[in-house]
Amino acid sequence: MDGLTRSNDLTFDLAQMPLRDVNQFLHHNVESGQKITILNPDGAHNIAVGLDAPIDLDIAGHAGYYAAGMNKLANVTIAGNVGPGVAENMMSGRVHVRGFASVAAGASAHSGLLVIDGDASLRCGISLKGADIVVGGNVGSFSGFMAQAGRMVVCGNAGDALGDSLYEAIIYVRGDIKSLGADAQLQPMTDTDYSTLEELLTKAELTYSPQEFKRIASAKQLYHWNANAHQEY
Amino acid sequence: MDLNNSSTPRSLSREASWGYDHRMINYIQNAANQGLYEIRGLGAKRQLPHFDDLVFLGASLTRYPLEGYREKCSTKTVLGTRYAKKPIELDIPITIAGMSFGSLSAHVKDALGRAATAAGTSTTTGDGGMTPEERLSSKTLVYQCLPSRYGFNPDDVRKADAIEIVIGQGAKPGGGGMLLGQKINPRVAQMRTLPEGIDQRSACRHPDWTGSDDLTIKIAELRELTDWEKPIYVKVGASRPFNDVKLAVQSGADVVVVDGMQGGTAATQVVFIEHVGIPTLAAVRQAVDALEDLNMKGKVQLIVSGGVRTGADVAKALAMGADAVSIGQGTLFAMGCNQETYLQDGTHYSAVDDYTALGTTPGHCHHCHTGKCPVGITTQDAMLEQRLEPQVGAQRVKNYLQTLAMELTTIARACGKQNVHHLEPEDLAALTIEAAAMARIPLAGTNWIPGA
Repeated sequence: MDGLTRSNDLTFDLAQMPLRDVNQFLHHNVESGQKITILNPDGAHNIAVGLDAPIDLDIAGHAGYYAAGMNKLANVTIAGNVGPGVAENMMSGRVHVRGFASVAAGASAHSGLLVIDGDASLRCGISLKGADIVVGGNVGSFSGFMAQAGRMVVCGNAGDALGDSLYEAIIYVRGDIKSLGADAQLQPMTDTDYSTLEELLTKAELTYSPQEFKRIASAKQLYHWNANAHQEY
Repeated sequence: MDLNNSSTPRSLSREASWGYDHRMINYIQNAANQGLYEIRGLGAKRQLPHFDDLVFLGASLTRYPLEGYREKCSTKTVLGTRYAKKPIELDIPITIAGMSFGSLSAHVKDALGRAATAAGTSTTTGDGGMTPEERLSSKTLVYQCLPSRYGFNPDDVRKADAIEIVIGQGAKPGGGGMLLGQKINPRVAQMRTLPEGIDQRSACRHPDWTGSDDLTIKIAELRELTDWEKPIYVKVGASRPFNDVKLAVQSGADVVVVDGMQGGTAATQVVFIEHVGIPTLAAVRQAVDALEDLNMKGKVQLIVSGGVRTGADVAKALAMGADAVSIGQGTLFAMGCNQETYLQDGTHYSAVDDYTALGTTPGHCHHCHTGKCPVGITTQDAMLEQRLEPQVGAQRVKNYLQTLAMELTTIARACGKQNVHHLEPEDLAALTIEAAAMARIPLAGTNWIPGA
């Protein structure tokens, strides 16, 4: 291997080949480290869902719903915008959106890294279960809703009800927060927070200073919903 | 008015109120004491129009019966024939409903899997993911994709035999799951990515789709992910089943599961259990109507659940147009839920003191939410869960399923059917006006269907 082009590099053209065949190939016939390009994605839904190998996958354009959904191990780059649920329920690996993302980006993702260079719409990181999400732009309302674990970095502004009903996930916002959701609160930054931000911003190839960010986490008032139970009046 | 009737109060000063009876007074005073709604397990307890309000018209001069003990009567059931490359093939049309590890102990999940396998049917995961125990013990395992997505992962999707997207359940259509802190032990917490001991209230809406157009794409995602092999079920709690079933079919479901308001839960507000949703009887009729309206009967299979207890219930659901039923609570009772004793190494031990400690008695217990199940079924307590020995539980559930299947074929043969799926509405009559109207089955002895 010369490090430039490898004999096992592959290109699929969705204008020529049905998505079902491409996905099936990606599930069963790839080799570790293989570089694969998908041409003419043309906003198709469910491109590269269920990847389960350490491959480098480039999607050369816009993708529809659930791009790289439930990804494991793969490093996916999307040279365009994505529809709802990009990298939803990701287990590991990395998904990088060069453009903007629609609603529910990274929903319920367990691990791995999702990077969105542009803005992400409503409910970014909803039900997050341990993955990291870095958004270069703004996030819409209800982002981080019921997020259980993981870290979310927002380099722009956040909409309404940020971090509503948060569990253990931590959200960092550089810009303005329109409003916080129930049980979400601003907390002082610690050394761990700064080093976390340093690490995530570096991974996302962003140059903002960690000092510019605020930390939002759960006030944990909703952890035990019946605090008054069994009181007799 | 007959003043000598013994049920008539002799003294007006002792007259009980219908609207404010003992139960209602107790409810109000409890609310006043606690400032909090009641939570409990199991399903609706109030009396509802049900399968009991229907009877079969056995064969006589106009129909030919089959020999009950000799002639063949098939119970084979195939689910997921619409798109899936590998449909589910079952020996009986009676499946085990989704119940979570978390609400139930790992022993119970294991026992349900063994019982289902022995009876030739499927069992289902729940809101908390798939345990290795249940995957191992279940020949056919349906994997639920729930709003919370607790423990949901692509490896388990690939290990599953079918996937059930849960929109809602009959005990609480419109509500999410609930698991109180005492049941969130370290293993449950780890599987659900939650801190130990918190009161968990899971989401009531899916995180990554809203509405049936999105659901179409979500179903397509799961199909793409599994190379179009596995049937996709969509489960709805019965509220507007006519519309919901149509939308589920339109979204690409292979199988639709409709759960009526008698369906159980591990923990839900009583007001939700008793006052939201419609009875199973009404739901089956509407669901079947929806399939017929779309000309999808037989192409998309219908599973009915919510208070299905006996072989007669199964037969009635099938006669009304269901392809299979699903049972949750019945399997728990089979294992010993609400029994006075539990079995350890072949010896019965009394659990009555433990029922008393919960403020209840065998036969009335619905304290699944506390995690203190006196017979070790709905618990995560390391000591209590030992009270249910998996092999005993498995044998009892297998016996129960076998009994239901025998009862089902008894009725089918009496109606002259060589296949339980040949039972039809024409085989039924209704005993009450309510049941006749809901099920659209004529009132017995008449041709009358109210509202038809």
